[in-house]
Amino acid sequence: METITSIKPLLAVLVSLLVTPMLVSSRNPNVREGWTFVAAIIKLAIVASMVPAILQGTEIVYTVAEVFPGVAIKFKVDAFGMLFALVSSSLWIVTTIYSIGYMRGLNEHSQTRYFCFFAIALSATVGVAFSANLFTLYLFYEMLSFATYPLVAHHQDREARSSGRKYLLYIVGASIGLVLPAMMICYNLTGTLEFSKQGIFTGTEPNATMLVLLLMLVLGFAKAGIMPFHSWLPAAMVAPTPVSALLHAVAVVKVGAFSVLRVLTGVFGIDLLARLNLGTVICYIAAFTVITASLIALSQDGLKRRLAFSTIGQLSYIVLGVALLSPKGMIGGMTHIAMHAFGKITLFFCAGAIFVATGKKNISEMVGIGRRMPITMVAFFIGSLSVIGLPPTGGFFSKWYLVQGTIQADQWPMLVVLLSSSLLNAAYFFPIVYKAFFCTPEEAMFENRIEEAPIWCVVPLVVTAAGSIALFFYPTLFLKLAELATR
Amino acid sequence: MSQQYPAILVIVPLLSAFAISIAGWVNKRLCFPIIVTALSVVVYASIGLLLTVLEKGVVIYHLGGWPPPVGIAYYVDHLNGLVLVVVASVALLNVIAAKKSIEQEFPDKAAPFYTLYILMVTGLLGIVVTGDAFNLYVLLEIAALTGYGLLAMGEERAQLSSLNYLYMGTIGACFYLLGVGYLYIVTGSLNMMDIARLLPPLYQSKAVLAAFIICMVGVWLKMAFFPLHSWLPNAYTHATSAASSLIAPLVTKVMVYVMIRLILTIFTPEFAFATMALNNVVVWLAVIAIVMGAILALAERNLKKMLTFIIVAEVGYMVGGAWLGNRAGMTGAILHIVNDALMTLCVFLVVGNIVYKVKGYAFEDLQGLFRKMPFTMGAFVVGAMSIIGVPPTCGFFSKWYLILGALQAGHYGFVAALIFSSLVSVVLFFRIFEICYYEPFSDHHGHDHPPEPMDEAPLLMVVPLLIVAVILILVGLYTGDIVNHIIKFAIPEGLV
Repeated sequence: METITSIKPLLAVLVSLLVTPMLVSSRNPNVREGWTFVAAIIKLAIVASMVPAILQGTEIVYTVAEVFPGVAIKFKVDAFGMLFALVSSSLWIVTTIYSIGYMRGLNEHSQTRYFCFFAIALSATVGVAFSANLFTLYLFYEMLSFATYPLVAHHQDREARSSGRKYLLYIVGASIGLVLPAMMICYNLTGTLEFSKQGIFTGTEPNATMLVLLLMLVLGFAKAGIMPFHSWLPAAMVAPTPVSALLHAVAVVKVGAFSVLRVLTGVFGIDLLARLNLGTVICYIAAFTVITASLIALSQDGLKRRLAFSTIGQLSYIVLGVALLSPKGMIGGMTHIAMHAFGKITLFFCAGAIFVATGKKNISEMVGIGRRMPITMVAFFIGSLSVIGLPPTGGFFSKWYLVQGTIQADQWPMLVVLLSSSLLNAAYFFPIVYKAFFCTPEEAMFENRIEEAPIWCVVPLVVTAAGSIALFFYPTLFLKLAELATR
Repeated sequence: MSQQYPAILVIVPLLSAFAISIAGWVNKRLCFPIIVTALSVVVYASIGLLLTVLEKGVVIYHLGGWPPPVGIAYYVDHLNGLVLVVVASVALLNVIAAKKSIEQEFPDKAAPFYTLYILMVTGLLGIVVTGDAFNLYVLLEIAALTGYGLLAMGEERAQLSSLNYLYMGTIGACFYLLGVGYLYIVTGSLNMMDIARLLPPLYQSKAVLAAFIICMVGVWLKMAFFPLHSWLPNAYTHATSAASSLIAPLVTKVMVYVMIRLILTIFTPEFAFATMALNNVVVWLAVIAIVMGAILALAERNLKKMLTFIIVAEVGYMVGGAWLGNRAGMTGAILHIVNDALMTLCVFLVVGNIVYKVKGYAFEDLQGLFRKMPFTMGAFVVGAMSIIGVPPTCGFFSKWYLILGALQAGHYGFVAALIFSSLVSVVLFFRIFEICYYEPFSDHHGHDHPPEPMDEAPLLMVVPLLIVAVILILVGLYTGDIVNHIIKFAIPEGLV
C-alpha cells in the first residue's frame, strides 16, 4: 500500500487545540464563537482535503517523535480513521451552531470554559481517529477523558459532582486499570504497538494470554459502553445537551467503539481472532449489551436517559459487526459509526430543543408536543427511523450490512439479536412520536400554538435530520471508506 | 574554562554563600541578585558539563590538582551529568519563585535563608558530582545540616519536626559513613573508581557484604524509603513554602542517585543483584512503600501533607525500579529521578502560590481556586497528570519503563503496585479538583453566586511555575532522546 508523509493529520488535530487561547482571550462572545467556527471549518477542510488520497487507497503518515524503541507518537490516516474523523469534524460545526442557541437560550454560566474544552475534546477525537499505534491512541483517549470531565460537570452542583465522579471512575479507572497494563504486556511480548492488518502478534504463539489481553482491551475502552462498564453514560446525561449530543452520541462513545475496533482489527487482526475463535466471545458480550440496554431504555422516562441507553445498545452494534469477522459485518459496523451519529445527534438536538423551549425533560410530560413544536418532532421521527434502521434513512444501510454480515458469518443467533433489537428500538421510540402528534385534546399538555426553540437550535436539527435522509440516497462515500478499510 | 566546570559547580555557590551573608548586613536587597546570578552560573556550568560528557565521555577532575587516591576526584558521567542539570535548574527556578513568599513570610530572615539555601544546593551538587565516597559523606552532612536549618524556619511545629528529621538523618548518615569505613578497611581506598577496581576479588568477604547493606540502609533512611519514612511528612509539611519546594523535589531524588551510584559504580550490578539475591525482597519492600504511601496520602485532609506521602510512594517507584535488576527498570528509575524532581517542584510551587494568596493549604482553604487562580491551578493540573501518569506528561514515560522492567523481571506485584498507585493518584487529585471546582456549591446553573474575581499570585511566582509545567510536557515528548542519548550510557552494558 502506498503511503504519503504529510503534516496534515497533525494540523487537523492541533487546529482546535491552538484555538483555545483565542477563545479564552476573547472578551466578546460573538468573537469567541467566531473563532470556534473558524477552527471547526479549518479542521473539516483539512480532513476533507485528505479524502481523495485515501479513496485512491493511499495512507497518509506523520511521525511526531519516537518515545520508546519501536513506539512513536505517530499519525496514520487510513480509510477507517478518515470515516470517523469526517463524521466528528463535520458534526462539530453543526453542534457549535446548536451550542450557541442552547447555551445562550438557557443563559448558561462559564460559556468560555465550555467552548474551550469542547475544542480540546475535538482535538483528542481526531487524534484517536488518526492514531497509528496503540500508544498514540491511548494518549488521545486519555486526553479526551480529562477534557470531557469539565463538560460533564458543567453545572457545578451536587448532581454534576457525583456524575463526574462516576464518569472518571469508569472511564479512567478502566483505561489505567485495564488498557495500560494490557498495552504494556503487548509491548513486552511483541516489541511493537503499530496497528496492522495481520495484528502485532504475528511472531508469537497464540495462548491463553490472548483472551485475557483481548478482554482487558475491549472492556478497558469503557467509552464504548460495553456492559458492565456502561453506567457512566446515563450519569453523564447531566451535562448540557450539546455535550450529550456531540460527545455522548458521537465523539466520546464512538472513540470507545473506534478504539475497540482498532484493537480487533489492528492489534489482534481478523485472522488471529478467527483462528482462536475469539470473535464469538466478543459477539456474545456485545449481543448481551444490545438486548439489555434496549430493554432498560424501554423503562426510562427521562428522554435523555432513554437516548443514552439506546446509544449503549447501538454502540455494541458496531462492536458486534466487526466481531462477526465477516466482510459485510465489518462494513456494517464501521458505517454504523457514521449512520448512527447523524441519527442520534438529531435525537439529542431535539431533546435539547424541547428543554430550551418548554423546560421539559421527561417523556411523560411530552404528550401533544408535536403540535407545539412540529419541526422538532418531525426531525425526531426521522432520527428515530435512522436509529431503528428503516428507510429512507442512512441507518437502513448499516443495519442491512450488519444483517448480511450475520448470515455471511453463519451466526444465526446474532441475526435474531439484531432483529429483535430493532423491534425494541421501535418500541421505545415510536410511542414518543405517536404521543407527540396523536392525542386527544384533553390529553394534550401544550396549547395548540406553534412555538419552536430559538432558530439556532432548530436549524442544526433540521440539518442533521436532512443529513440522515441524504445518507440513504448518497451513502457512497462512507460505504466506500468502510469497504477500503475492510480490504 | 570548560575544564573547570566540575569545580565551578561547587566553588561558585560555596563562595556566594559568604557573599550573601555579608551582603545581608549591608543591604538585604543585594542577596537575591547574588543568589540568582550564582545559580545561573551553576545551571550554565551543569549544562556545559553534560554537553561535554555527551560529546567526549566521562569527565574526571582532580580537585586542586591532587591525583587520587591522595586527592579528591570529581567524576562526571552520563548519570550524574543529567542529575546535576536537574538539581541546578530546580534550585534556580525555585529561588526565583520563592522570592515573593520569602518577602511575605519572613522578610527579616531573608539573608540567612538565602545563605542556607545556597549552601544546601552546594551540598546537593557536591554529592552528585563527587567521585570520592568519603567526600560524599561530608557533602551529605552539609546538605543535611543546612536542610535542618531551612526546615526549622517554618511554622511553630517545624522545629520539632526538623529535630526529628535531624535524629533520623544523622543515623542515616552514620550508617553510610560506617559502610564507607568498612570499605576503607578492606580496600584501603576512598575513591569510588579505585574501590570499584579493588572490590571484585573481595566479593566473598562478609565485610564487603556488611558494607553494602549498611550503606543501603543509611541511604534508604535519608531518602525516606518506607518504613524509614516517618520523619519526612511532618518535616516537609511544617516548613516554609520556599524551603519545602527546594527540599521536597531534590533531597530524596539525590539520595536515590546515591543508591544507584552505589549499585552501578562502587559495587557492580552483578554483585548487588546476583550475589546478594536480595533484589526480590527489596522490590517487595518497594511495593509496600508504594501502596502504603498511596493509602497514607488518601487519609490526609491537607494538600501539602498529602503531597509528602506521594513522595514516599514515589521513592518506592525509584527504589523498586532500580532493584528490578534489569535495564528497563534501571532506565525507569533514573528517568524518574528527573521526572519526579520536576513534578514535585511543580506541585510544591503550586502550594507556595496557594499559601501566598490563601494563607493555608488544608482542603477547606482550596474552595473556588479554579476561578481565583486559574494559572496556578492550570499548572497544578499538569503536575497532577504527570503524577497520575497521563501521557504526554513526563510521569507517564518513567512509569512505562518501570512497568516494562517489572514485566521483564516477571515481578507482577510491582506492576500491580504501580497501577494501584496511579489509580489512587486519580482519586487524590480529583478530590482536590472537585473542591477547587464545585465548592462553595451554588444553585443548578451557578447564577446566584457572583463569581469570585480572579486573584492570581504575583507574576514572579506564576511564570516559573508555568515554565515548570511546560517542561513537564517537553521532557515527556523528548523522553526518547533523553533515554537514547543519556540514560542508555549511564547504565553499564552488562545490565540487560
